Amino acid sequence: MEHFDLALVDWSRAQFALTALYHWIFVPLTLGLSFIVAFMHTIYYKTRDEEWKIMTRFWMKLFGINFAIGVATGIILEFEFGLNWSNYSWIVGDIFGAPLAIEGILAFFLESSFIAIMFFGWDRVSKKFHMLSSWFVAIGSNLSALWILIANAWMQNPTGTAFNADTARNEMVNFFDIALSPTAVFKFLHTVSQSYVIGALFVISISAWFILKNRHLLFARKSIIIASVFGLLASVFVSITGDSSSFNIAHTQPMKLAAMEALYDGEESADLYVVGLLNKNKDNTNFKGIKIPGMLSIMAFRNADAFVPGVNDILNGNEEQGILSAESRIEKGKIAIKALADYKQARKEGNDELADQKLKEFETNYSHFGYGFFKDKEEIVPNVPLTFYSFHIMVALGLFFILLFAWLLYVSLKDRLVKNKLLLIISLWSLLLGYIATELGWIVAEVGRQPWTIQDLLPVTASTSHLSVGSVQTTFFMFFALFSVLLIAEIKILITQIKKGPEKGGSHV
Amino acid sequence: MSYEALQTYWWIIVSLLAALLVFLMFVQGGQTLLRQLSKTEIERSLLVNSIGRRWDTTFTTLVTFGGAFFASFPLFYSTSFGGAYWVWTLILFSFIIQAVSYEYRTKANNFLGRKTYDTFLFVNGLLAPLLIGTAVGSFFTGSEFSVNRLNITNIADPVISRWETASHGLEAALNITNLSLGLALLFLSRILAMLYFINNIDNDSIIKRSAKTLRYCSSAFLVFFLLFLALILTKEGFAIDPGTRLVYMEKFKYLHNLIEMPIVLIMFLAGVVGVLYGIFLGSFKSSSRGIWFAGAGTVLTVLALLMLAGLNNTAFYPSTFDLQSSLSIRNASSSEYTLKVMGWVSLLVPIVIAYIWYAWKSLNKKKVSESDLENDSMKY
Repeated sequence: MEHFDLALVDWSRAQFALTALYHWIFVPLTLGLSFIVAFMHTIYYKTRDEEWKIMTRFWMKLFGINFAIGVATGIILEFEFGLNWSNYSWIVGDIFGAPLAIEGILAFFLESSFIAIMFFGWDRVSKKFHMLSSWFVAIGSNLSALWILIANAWMQNPTGTAFNADTARNEMVNFFDIALSPTAVFKFLHTVSQSYVIGALFVISISAWFILKNRHLLFARKSIIIASVFGLLASVFVSITGDSSSFNIAHTQPMKLAAMEALYDGEESADLYVVGLLNKNKDNTNFKGIKIPGMLSIMAFRNADAFVPGVNDILNGNEEQGILSAESRIEKGKIAIKALADYKQARKEGNDELADQKLKEFETNYSHFGYGFFKDKEEIVPNVPLTFYSFHIMVALGLFFILLFAWLLYVSLKDRLVKNKLLLIISLWSLLLGYIATELGWIVAEVGRQPWTIQDLLPVTASTSHLSVGSVQTTFFMFFALFSVLLIAEIKILITQIKKGPEKGGSHV
Repeated sequence: MSYEALQTYWWIIVSLLAALLVFLMFVQGGQTLLRQLSKTEIERSLLVNSIGRRWDTTFTTLVTFGGAFFASFPLFYSTSFGGAYWVWTLILFSFIIQAVSYEYRTKANNFLGRKTYDTFLFVNGLLAPLLIGTAVGSFFTGSEFSVNRLNITNIADPVISRWETASHGLEAALNITNLSLGLALLFLSRILAMLYFINNIDNDSIIKRSAKTLRYCSSAFLVFFLLFLALILTKEGFAIDPGTRLVYMEKFKYLHNLIEMPIVLIMFLAGVVGVLYGIFLGSFKSSSRGIWFAGAGTVLTVLALLMLAGLNNTAFYPSTFDLQSSLSIRNASSSEYTLKVMGWVSLLVPIVIAYIWYAWKSLNKKKVSESDLENDSMKY
């Protein structure tokens, strides 16, 4: 039975990861490209220059192809919380449902109402209203991301919440603590700004291809200038917000930070691993490569001497640093769970005195509640090498994009871009790197926080639905097959549209 | 507002979203008529582009309905989605294939070919109303599940809501009441689609064909709708004792609800008259105003039906496996604080509806016509 349950958890996770990873191929491009389209549309509106109209329409068309499949994968994610994570949905639905509902009401409708006008409004509505519609689409899709990331951030750092023993669930006590938590703010800023990087890389990559093929030179060069300005600003912002996110993680999810840095034994003035490889050791002899002394302490606590806890400190405890061992947290968690059961029983029997006593016991131990579901302390450690490499490759790519955008902008402004084959080829392939970076970011955030659905409060093992493994396996493969087919279709259509190039002369409207 | 009032308020909001969703499912209805109402490729293209500009409003309403239901009645979300797994999965599956089909169907090199995408649209058009109707039917007929909050303290098996049949929701389709609602919804969505075409497309033969097909569809709709109505109004319902909060079976519960809530009765009657008048306008007068009467009528009728299911001490998601596990707006709702926060958010809904309306109107000023599509490379 125990084994059976683990398989269910793993397949439920696999299904969610599959949907999220697919969804995350399309969303960043939607978020980034929507603004680029809106900029171009605005320039057209101001200048009435047909060239800008052609550009707007071309990028808009690609936007539409990508948008459709993003929507298709998104709806599944929302409902998978209920389908596969039924227990989760009840225990935190009081908090988690709200941002999803607000997303629908305030953001998604904005996006979907104006997207039809954006596509079909040429000559059907006034030019000004049409241009504004492009902006509404961009704002709507970004607001949509805001609410989803607030929901995600709450799972990583559950603020503004209290457990209600009578209803056996977490309940919201302060909405603004949730919506404005630093975790949410940094997560949102980091995620949307990296989406703008993807949007910029998309435009740059395709435009570079046009130049390499000696087609649409004016169009491509203009597109690259717009995109590299946008990309440069965004990529600098990505690194700033990434740094803030690490600082935040150090305070809210120390295990995730330890996994990101593969830091096993915590230390004062901890080093930052820059480039190198991990071995299998589970102590600080696990890394060969270049390090920056004391940098991790600065990153995590803004203090070169600060102590950064490692995996082993969190696992085995560290009295000196006031860190409780996983074993004692598991023990306290089990006390909390038992106290909750006793409390409910006492309430049922009308024994108020005992109920009050048990409730107190429960509340004292509640901060360890989630640990009570573990059998073995090792369960609290995420996959360290996967988190480590994902994090480091992501950061390296992030820094590379800053250089790329700056280089492109410089060369474009000197009007030497067309002759610079090397840069054009790098630009062409940089889109792929962008996608790798963004998916790795998801892995850092979501693999790094395992085994928790809600940090310290609810592990994935206690979050599932009551389903047979076979059912989840079947739907997993259904979704896998369907998403893959649709992805192939999307890529084929995109490439065909790109090869066709922008419409000539814009005479059709 | 008191906690009870907030729960009632949210039940009405969620019901309103469901009602709007049913109206907007004219998009799905239209997807089942693409072949039937067109003789030429151009005509088919007119049909697709007419509903194609609306599909994401329906889609967004579904997502928002899901989010709002989750936020206000999370126990329903976890019990129904995690339990009736297969029904919901099939519904969602049909929406995935819909979402890409409009955009991809006429694009060059689209991998699956236009016929496949048109089949996707048909499958979604058929399954979505049929299965959603069937699932909503179980609000009146019940499902086999159990809910025990104490399970969270059982470390080896902490799941609170459990479905007690292996078919995980598919069994709902075998119930005649559920099925008749599903079929009624399917035909209603087709009726609304044809009324929308009459309103939105500038093409005489499509309008003529729509008006004619409307008559057949309407009789089928009436048969299943009246059957559903007769079945629920004569059956035992899942009542809640206001004192003990215990659930018990009450004869003619839904009929009693209708009589005890006269406002709901009026809404219901007005809704049905609206739908019938809309059908009359469309099929006998080919009037473009039919969609507005039938649309408003649909919203009122669905709203009234869901109020029958959830208000006046009724369990809106009853369990036939364990009567006391049944979900009501009292035991399934979010906390008072959350409902209040969301209550503030709901005040923005009229603004949202206003801009949806404005956006919709500005695009529908011109009807969809051949000449209109000829010049547009953005068409589907």
